[in-house]
Amino acid sequence: MPTAVNSATYAAVPIGTVPTTLTINGETRTRAIEPWTTLLDLLREGEDLIGTKKGCDHGQCGACTVLVDGRRINSCLKLAVTLDGANITTIEGLGQPGDLHPLQSAFCDHDAFQCGYCTPGQICSAQGLINEGKARTRDEVRELMSGNLCRCGAYSNIVDAVLDVIGEKA
Amino acid sequence: MATAAKIGIGSAINRVDGVEKVTGTARYAAEHPVENLLYGYIVEAAIAKGRIVSIDEEAARAVPGVVEVITHLNRPHVAWTDHSYKDELKIPGSPFRPLYDDRIQFSQQPIALVVAETFEAARFAASLVEVAYEAEAHNTDFEVAVGDKYVPKKKRSGYMAPKNRGDAAQAFADAPLKVSGDYRLAPEHHNPMEMFASTVEWHCDGSITVWDKTQGSQGVHAYLASVFGFSRKKVRVLNPYVGGAFGSGLRPQHQVFLAVLAAKMLERSVRVTMTRQQMFSHAYRPQAVQSIALGAETTGKLTAIRNAATTSTSRYEDNMENVVTWGLMNYDCPNADAEYTVAQVDTPTSADMRAPGAATGMTLFEIAIDEMAYVAKVDPLEFRLVNYSPIDAMNGTPYTSKALREAFREGAEAFGWSERSAEPRSMRDGKELVGWGCATGMWDAQFSKTSASAKLTANGHLEVACATSDIGTGSYTVMTLVAAETLGLPPEQITAKLGDSDLPTAPVEGGSWGAASTGAAVQLACQAVGKKLLKTAGKIAGAPLGDAKMDDVLFEDGCIVLKDTPTVRVPFGDAMHAADLTEIEEEETAAPGFGDMWKGLHKSKNTHSAIFAEVKVDEELGVVRVTRIVDAVAAGRIINPKTARSQILGGVVMGMGMALHEETFPDHRLGRWMNHNFGEYHVPVHADIHDIQVIFVDEPDSEVTPLGVKGLGEIGIVGTAAAIANAIFHATGKRVRSLPITIDKILG
Repeated sequence: MPTAVNSATYAAVPIGTVPTTLTINGETRTRAIEPWTTLLDLLREGEDLIGTKKGCDHGQCGACTVLVDGRRINSCLKLAVTLDGANITTIEGLGQPGDLHPLQSAFCDHDAFQCGYCTPGQICSAQGLINEGKARTRDEVRELMSGNLCRCGAYSNIVDAVLDVIGEKA
Repeated sequence: MATAAKIGIGSAINRVDGVEKVTGTARYAAEHPVENLLYGYIVEAAIAKGRIVSIDEEAARAVPGVVEVITHLNRPHVAWTDHSYKDELKIPGSPFRPLYDDRIQFSQQPIALVVAETFEAARFAASLVEVAYEAEAHNTDFEVAVGDKYVPKKKRSGYMAPKNRGDAAQAFADAPLKVSGDYRLAPEHHNPMEMFASTVEWHCDGSITVWDKTQGSQGVHAYLASVFGFSRKKVRVLNPYVGGAFGSGLRPQHQVFLAVLAAKMLERSVRVTMTRQQMFSHAYRPQAVQSIALGAETTGKLTAIRNAATTSTSRYEDNMENVVTWGLMNYDCPNADAEYTVAQVDTPTSADMRAPGAATGMTLFEIAIDEMAYVAKVDPLEFRLVNYSPIDAMNGTPYTSKALREAFREGAEAFGWSERSAEPRSMRDGKELVGWGCATGMWDAQFSKTSASAKLTANGHLEVACATSDIGTGSYTVMTLVAAETLGLPPEQITAKLGDSDLPTAPVEGGSWGAASTGAAVQLACQAVGKKLLKTAGKIAGAPLGDAKMDDVLFEDGCIVLKDTPTVRVPFGDAMHAADLTEIEEEETAAPGFGDMWKGLHKSKNTHSAIFAEVKVDEELGVVRVTRIVDAVAAGRIINPKTARSQILGGVVMGMGMALHEETFPDHRLGRWMNHNFGEYHVPVHADIHDIQVIFVDEPDSEVTPLGVKGLGEIGIVGTAAAIANAIFHATGKRVRSLPITIDKILG
């Protein structure tokens, strides 16, 4: 994290902002960020990466889950300026229409969503879960995905989708 | 000629809007990019009742980036009659008007909107607004309010007054077996995952485009035109994606009012998003108390039903639900009476939440029915069959269809009900007590006048459009499948458009009427296109189809095909080319009464379900796990078994929340919901959900709606909490008559 602003590089930085370099979905960008801006608000309002959802802004629902250096976090609880140099993957970075990530395909095939609002968070969380390598059984997936709420109640289909992908990798 | 398997009504296809949702490209209300956008943040009342004495905005206005602080003192002109604020639901009373005057009617009432160049500046400045109040005495205690319960003079539209039969009081007094008691349901909040939000784009000609979280774009359109005096042409409301709503988006909510107010005042584009805490400042499922008395013969035959319920409403509107009618309709019993009243508390007006009325009244009634089965020493499923009514026992009318008996049979078989041991506390799995319970669910099969258009282009692409919504229900997919069925095109060649007030007229999406109504309208519009195609085919040299009428042809693989001579096929493109047409567009309206529906005119129209639940209860800790649910649903024709199953799963999961978790607690001293966040308002999570099996019982019904569709949005929740409560009794021997059944009630 930078402690001083290089005036030559950041001459245009408004007072009170902190220059922060983030790699988001493979693209490195340096932004002048106000210290109180969360990663979630930066992604949604600053970068137009609206696939990351705001469901509570309090770390209670998981809709804002993204991967930071491969680990799943609630982006609403992370101030963006603390992530200087970090590698961030959002749902947009996992796959795109026409080039879906296996989890995205599995979610479609298992109808693992209804309204779709918690879905990017569920998928990012599931990828984080797979990265952790802890979950193998249905009970483990249910337990370790419990930070991601789905009010439409698609839970059993979500677990089916995640197990499908874990099974392929195992 | 070999053809691929036809995809249409009954095909289990993936949701057609699925790719947008899993890739994060589906844009919800707060996600539409607009140039030079301002952000509004709501300031809420800290008291439950009284008036605003003063508002100190100085510190808020000093925050860099703040553009305006809007209150009742400086807001632009808005409509002043109650009539102007009435929405599609037309709840009797005086609708809430945000920032109208100094009156406070409920805690968390919006009293100011801070508008700034950034969300963060607006949020910070909102925390600096100082408000002085003159508080008045309030009451948020429903149990106290019930002392002043009353029957509203003006009834809410759709309210069905209960009809008494026989002499229930006498029959109950004479009954050899009796059950009576008060059954309760806590207030619940809808809590869709997407927070209420509106993005208003201000155009230089004074018109606005509004992306709103709503279940009805045209309802919001009419409301905004009426309240702000816009000409109808200058407002367009869009809701292509809605992140859940469950009834909370049936009425225009105050964030859309505030966003439009700010846009009009500042002539700028504005976005207002409620916080999760602010999501508790409007719609909620009313708190309820239901006094049920049942009398029966020693055989288990019901002789008396007495059913009286009271639900909460606000001081300013009479929100009414059909709570007490379900038990009277569903059970064969010669004597029955019922009464329904409301009681006022100082909260916002309660609102429709998934299966309003039935989720409360049928569920609580089904707990009482279970109690009576035990008193009569009759198996709870058998008890329901002993008292089965093939007709609507309250109205004395036949149903267009009622396959509840089949649902009981298929559900019981799948669940293994015959293996159940009758006595409570008689089944165990290690240190857990095991309980099996069942219940009946019931909802209305409704149909609402709806229009749709269909546009076929010469390249074989079909676009169907309707102003309905898809709140996760699968409307896009339903429209696509009905169009595929009607014109014989593959889904990939069909685009469904919805969620736009400019599209053909549709009501708010709710009440489970969406698929039946929108489906019928899409079918009519596609049929009209088909007729036009057949007519244009007549212009083809040699007239290959002769003078074939609609009954003589079918539409298959993009061709008009002679039924009698299937080798005679005219591609749509050829027919259109012959008439020099590049496109054919038709719009049609499906209104109640056409097709076979007239035969069902004087019949009752309902969906039914049989729910079976297994719970395991830790005897020492009182922790309940719902390990198995089988829900056998009789809901007419199923358009897409895949999304239909999901609808039921969702209803069942919310029913599990009703049974075990969901409860909003008011602090009566402050008159304020205490647990207004996801940390303390508990909804079911992954770990709570085990095995849920959904069965759709075959139930052909050409009279209920044109497609034979009854709707699925609500039926999954109705009775689910009763099946779980009944299973908990079977496991523990402890009868809990108030939902949710939290650990303290089991151990207490």
